[in-house]
Amino acid sequence: MYQTNQYEGMIAETVTMQGHKGETINAYMARPLGAGPFPGMVLIHHAPGWDEWYKECTRRFAHHGYVTISPNLYFRDGHGTAEDVGAKVRAAGGIPDEQVLGDLDGANKLLRSQPYLNGKVGIFGTCSGGRHGFLAACRSKGIDALVECWGGGVVMKAEELTPKKPVAPIDYTKDLSCPMIGIFGNDDKSPSPEQVNQHEAELKKCGKNHEFHRYDGAGHGFFYYDRPAYRQEQAVDGWKKVLAFCEKHLK
Amino acid sequence: MCTSITHQAKIYGRGKKGEEWIDLKECNVSYDHPYGMPLEHALNIDFVDESKGPGARVAVELSVDAARQLVKTIEAVLAQAEHQGVLEDKHQSAVG
Repeated sequence: MYQTNQYEGMIAETVTMQGHKGETINAYMARPLGAGPFPGMVLIHHAPGWDEWYKECTRRFAHHGYVTISPNLYFRDGHGTAEDVGAKVRAAGGIPDEQVLGDLDGANKLLRSQPYLNGKVGIFGTCSGGRHGFLAACRSKGIDALVECWGGGVVMKAEELTPKKPVAPIDYTKDLSCPMIGIFGNDDKSPSPEQVNQHEAELKKCGKNHEFHRYDGAGHGFFYYDRPAYRQEQAVDGWKKVLAFCEKHLK
Repeated sequence: MCTSITHQAKIYGRGKKGEEWIDLKECNVSYDHPYGMPLEHALNIDFVDESKGPGARVAVELSVDAARQLVKTIEAVLAQAEHQGVLEDKHQSAVG
């Protein structure tokens, strides 16, 4: 943990990277100054978009010692305010899972090509990003730890499947390749507590290394300090657990 | 979150964005996370012109009750106009 007499510096900037099918997209990257080695972290932004909360979250992980990258998963949908672009994607029913996996894989490769990486890369996502994170940890290579925060749509009914989301992520549970931590609010509707039960039951059935933390008095997105869903006590405890988990598996 | 409940209609209209009136060619209606309303989910209406990029957007976010009231009010106004024989289809005359 940071000590007050310790030097601290970071660099944070927009970069470009190769995403799905080798296409160029942009990303926000932050890292502690110094030679490292530092663990890596890929952040998967939520459905509302590549917004200020995610930029701050990127710097937050860097503050805690991670080389962190947050790819702009909506890059192909045009540019404007994060809100306008997010609204466009919302109207289109989201973005294809395959494209997201390609972009996350590109972000992972970029981190792994850096001389200051310690060889480990975690992945963190909230909301739709939590779902994408679980999907990536099951289907992609080179992920050493997963932080899934209230991943809505890990459990899906057959009628909810679409060409963009053709398979329910829970069906890939047997392929989960790394330890995971799950953070959930018990008042959430997506995922509901029953869906979280199903998610956890499948992990247990498949013998996967996981820890789930469920919070009373919290609903969906209770880390978002700019939304009414924010719950201070639960968010502080949730962050503590997330960072302890990352330290254990990535440092 | 992330309900992905969204429908689109082609429309003919104009909307005020700041000081400027812009063409509106599509209407995206969703029940999902709003940006401005302090609610987890809202009835969101984005009036847009897709050909002009994401910024060509006039947004409205409503509570469920407000959305239902809006639908009833619009229907009532259109019915009254039709009853009075003043309803016209400007779209046809403008683009036809």
